[in-house]
Formats: sequence, C-alpha cells, structure tokens
Amino acid sequence: MAPGTLSGLLQKGAIWGFIVLELIFFSVAGEFLSLSDKAFMDLDNMLLLLKQSAPIGIIAMGMTIVMINGNIDLSVGATFALAAIVLLDSMTWPIFAGLGDGVIPVAMALALLTGIVLGAINGFIVWKTGVDAFIVTLGAMLGYRGLVFMYNGEQPTSHLNWTLVDLAEAQPLGLHVATWALLIVTVLAWLVMTRTVHGRNAYAIGDNREAAVNAGIRVGPHMMLNFMGIGFLAALSAVVFYSESGSVNPNDGELYELWVITAVVLGGTKLTGGAGSVISTLGGVIAIQLLRKGLGHIGADTETVNLVIGLILIAVLFLDRQLNIKGKEALKA
Amino acid sequence: MSETTDTGGTRAQGAREGRMSGLSKEKIGGILARQGILVAFVLFMVGFALANQRFIAPDNVLGVIRSSAILGVMALGVTFVVISGNLDLSVGSMMSFSTIVVLDLHDQIGPALAIPAMFGLTLLIGAVIGFLVGYLRLNSLIVTLGMLSAIHGLTLTWSGGQNMDIADKEGTWFSVFGQGSVLGIPVPILIFAGLAVVLGLILAKTPFGRKVYAVGGNGVAATFSGVRRARVVFMCYLASSFCVATAGLIQASRSLGSQNTVGQGMELEVLAAVILGGASLLGGSGTIFKTVIGVLILGFIKNGLLLVGLQFYVQYTVTWVIIILAVWLDIAAKRGRLWSPIA
Repeated sequence: MAPGTLSGLLQKGAIWGFIVLELIFFSVAGEFLSLSDKAFMDLDNMLLLLKQSAPIGIIAMGMTIVMINGNIDLSVGATFALAAIVLLDSMTWPIFAGLGDGVIPVAMALALLTGIVLGAINGFIVWKTGVDAFIVTLGAMLGYRGLVFMYNGEQPTSHLNWTLVDLAEAQPLGLHVATWALLIVTVLAWLVMTRTVHGRNAYAIGDNREAAVNAGIRVGPHMMLNFMGIGFLAALSAVVFYSESGSVNPNDGELYELWVITAVVLGGTKLTGGAGSVISTLGGVIAIQLLRKGLGHIGADTETVNLVIGLILIAVLFLDRQLNIKGKEALKA
Repeated sequence: MSETTDTGGTRAQGAREGRMSGLSKEKIGGILARQGILVAFVLFMVGFALANQRFIAPDNVLGVIRSSAILGVMALGVTFVVISGNLDLSVGSMMSFSTIVVLDLHDQIGPALAIPAMFGLTLLIGAVIGFLVGYLRLNSLIVTLGMLSAIHGLTLTWSGGQNMDIADKEGTWFSVFGQGSVLGIPVPILIFAGLAVVLGLILAKTPFGRKVYAVGGNGVAATFSGVRRARVVFMCYLASSFCVATAGLIQASRSLGSQNTVGQGMELEVLAAVILGGASLLGGSGTIFKTVIGVLILGFIKNGLLLVGLQFYVQYTVTWVIIILAVWLDIAAKRGRLWSPIA
C-alpha cells in the first residue's frame, strides 16, 4: 500500500466512522441515562434528525463549494433572514392578491432571486475589487443584516399560508420535504463538483489560483457563480424552513455562518481551498445534529453541546494535521 | 454635469501645480493611501458636525468614546493577533465569560479577589488558544471558531444559563471601572486610552513589537532570523485575552448584571474596526493608533446616524459600505490600479 493511502482512507471515511460511533454511544448511553423509554435509534427520531439538519445542511453544500474555490462566505445567515422575509412578505403584496395559492411559487421565486442577487453582489465585489472574500462577506454580514432590519424594523414578519404549511409538512416516500431538499441539493452539488467543467475549475482555482490563471481559467466568473450558488442555497434553506414556521424575526439566522463552517470543516474541507467533498459535508452536518440530539437524549444540558462541538472541531483540526503532516512536508521540500 | 467637469479640471490643474512644486501626484496619492482612513475620518466628522451641532459637543464626544471603550479595548488586543497573521473570533464569547465570572465571584469572594481571579481564568483560556495556534500551528480561524462555541458552553455551564446580577448594586466600589470618572473623564475612556498608549508603545518601540510584525509579515523569514514564532503568537493571544478580560471588567462594572450572551457577535465588530484601521488580514501591517481610529469611526458613525434621526440598524449597512470601500481603496493604492487583475 502506498504511503498516504491509509491516511487518505481514514480522512474520507472518518466522518462516517464518527457518526457510527456517535450512534452506538448514544444508543448505549441512552439505555442508562435517558428518561424517555424510547430508543435513540427510533425511526421517527432519525427522520426528524434529518429534517432538522436540512436548514444548515443546504447552506453547507454551497459553503463547501465556495470553500473548495478558496473563498468563504460569512453573510449566509443574513441572506437566509432576508430571503425568509421576502418569502413571507411577498405573499401579502396587493399585486399578487388575485393569484390565490398561485402566489406560492411566485413568492418562492422572489425569495430565491433575493438570495441569488445578494450572492452576486458578494461575488462581484470579490471579483472586481480583489478584496479578500473574508472581509467582503464579513461586511455583507453586517450590511445584509441592516437590510433585514430596514425592511420591517424590529418587528417579526409573519404570514401563514396553510397550503404552504401542508406542502412543507408533507412526507413523500416517508421522508420530510426538507430532507428531500437536502438530499437533492447534495446530489446536485456532488454532480456539479465532480462531473462538470465548472466543478473541476473550482478545485483548480482553490488549489492554485496562479496556475489556474495560467491554464486559461477565468477565475472571476467562476467565483461569482459560486457566490450566487451559496446565496441561492441560503435562500432555499429559508424557503424550506419558513414555509412551515411562517414567522421570521430580524435576528434569525445569526451565527448560522459559524455552524455551517463548523459542519463543512468537520467534513474535511480545507479552509485554504482546493480540497473537500460535498458528501463528507453531509456527514459533517449529520454528525453535528446527531451530537445535539444525542446529548439532549442522554439528559445533557444544551450548554454542553456548545462545549463539545467546539472541542471536537479543534480535535478534528489537530488529528487532520497529524495525518497530513508527512504529505505536506514532502510537498514543501 | 458641468460641475463634475469643473472639479476634474481643477484637480488636474492642482496636480500639475503640485508637480511643479516638487510634490508629485503620486506622492499625494501615496499620502492619501497611507493616511486615507484618517482623512476620511476628518471629512466624516466635519460633515456630520455641519449637519448637527450637537455632534461635536464635548459631552456627546465623550459619550461616544465611552460607549466605544469596550469594543476598543478588545480591538487593541485583536490588533496584535491580526498583525501576527492570525485571527481571533473567540473574543466576543470570551468577553461574555469574563463578565459572567467576575460578576459571580464578586458576591462570593469579594471584588478585590474576583478581579484577579477573572483575569487569571481569562488569560488561561488565552494561553490555551495561544498554545493551539502558536505551538501546535493549527489554523487560527477554526481554533478560535471552536473556542467561540466552547467558551460559550463554559459560560452557560458556569452561570447555569441564568442572568448574573450583583446583589448589592448600591454599596460596591466595583462600579468605578464602568461608571466612575476622574476629573470629568469617564474611567472606561481612561482605561482605553491608557491601554492604547501602553500597547501602542510595546508594538512600535520594543523588540517584541518588531517580532510581531516580522512573524506576520513573513513567518519563514522571521524563523530563519531567530525569532521564535510560536512564542510570539502565544504572547499575542495572551495580550488579546488580557484586553478581553479588561473589556469584561468594564462591561460588568458598568451594568453590574449581565446576560450570558453579552459579547455575542462582538468578535466580528471588533474585526471590522481593526480592518477599518487598515490592518491586513494577511498579517504584518496595522498599528494600534489606526485601530483606535477604526474604533472611533465605527462609534461616531453609529452616533452620527442616530443624531440625524436614523434607526440604529442603518449603521450596519453603512459600516458594510465603509469597510469595503476602505479596504478596496487601500489595496488599490498598493497595486496601483483600481480594479483587480482577476480575470
């Protein structure tokens, strides 16, 4: 076996191994510690877990692509909130009054368009000004949040459309609509990153931008497209979530960027770009949700979850570096 | 339309005259680029002062600086970390921790012991981060992201999720750090100014300060020159956590009670102030003085917009525009062209 194969395998499979470990641990510990007599691996419980993973998970797919591309997006939480407001508010606009339930696809389209536009603004600024994506999207995180507040002040925006709620609560083929959205997005993101020229170029740009430019790849449009993609997915996440809840506070989505990045990094995507996998990100998303649910199941307080997730993130970073240390030194020399 | 042409003409003429007197257009451009943030600050202050007389009234100015002090103190420490080429996203969460801890210990062991105990615990956390980033060389963004979450958990565990309040709010001298004043100047401002002077001197005038720039500017070269990179980074995080503890002290003393999430989101505001001051996220550039300007700009924008009758959240969007413009113009001046060369 060539050196590095084992560590490569370990890295790719690590997140799934971790999930299995979590399942075993919480099932066993749950037998002794849980107050409820339901098993942890109950089917309903697992289905619910997938559904609850969806809002973070959908955005995490976009973040994976942006990070493979060598950028980062800190504005997704604010984009999420603004898209949610557009979704709920546009259903009450007088010009759509004659549409009846036909307003639903229109409102969804408007919300998704909002996400795409906000993403495009970020991408365009990164492309044309050459300012680091971290700074651009850090600014946008504040700027877009300001727009959210300007829309409706500090009031929550609420509108319940029962047709929409029924739609969101449906369970075609046993899975929730939100879960379907997450799975479809994952498959599409995987196809884009592994089967298209755009995906290949995204890896190339993230790995070595100079080389990509020399190879004739137009870096700017690719980056902008990826930012539009994550904006779209942040909006899609809002559509999935708020169709059911029907009310959005101006603070909603705060710290989402941090949860999303945590999930992506747990999945093994490099902050420096050029490496990472959409499927592993799905693993990262599920692992975090499992941890939250599992700790709740064995009666740990919610505060413990923050502590554990933080420590695991650092531990993963440490292990990852230990596994990589040989390969990296070989490259540097 | 004609007005624009006039200005353009005047500017061209001015540049021609400038060149004749030995001051080339490039030189003026260079000065503008280097001190651009200061120029923008002055223009901004004059503009708002003309719009509203109250803006530059002494009590308003003192009020703005006082309310910027907590953010400012934290930004001083983060400046060290950023110059050394790293990030610190954990300062907001750490500030909540310091505030909660000092308030809780205040009633248990008295303020005289609570303050050093809180500083010790916060420095301990800073040392852990410094160890992870400095000695283990882990990516600072992810480490401090993880610590953001972990410290938040620690804070909640400490407080049991409850708000923390001092029992006897009237009878404690503890309130002096946040509410007292000396010769008419509020104590938070004195702490902010004092710390800025000390840290500014350390960064600009001591060998350690030069090592911080060296490590951030070119870590490999610094290592080969005999600078112990790990130790410098470690010390930067210690400095950052010391500043956070000081900020927590001011916060706790000002309100004498606190929620668990008092510092939430401040890490990004602090970073915005540091970047606005012109420190590069790549490390190796930035000064304490510029960070103070960055903090004051954010504070005065907030205040100015409120005084002209806009809602507090308008400042978010204004800050967005200002940050991007500031950084953009900064790097545009360095590369000599406005638009990026990215194809």
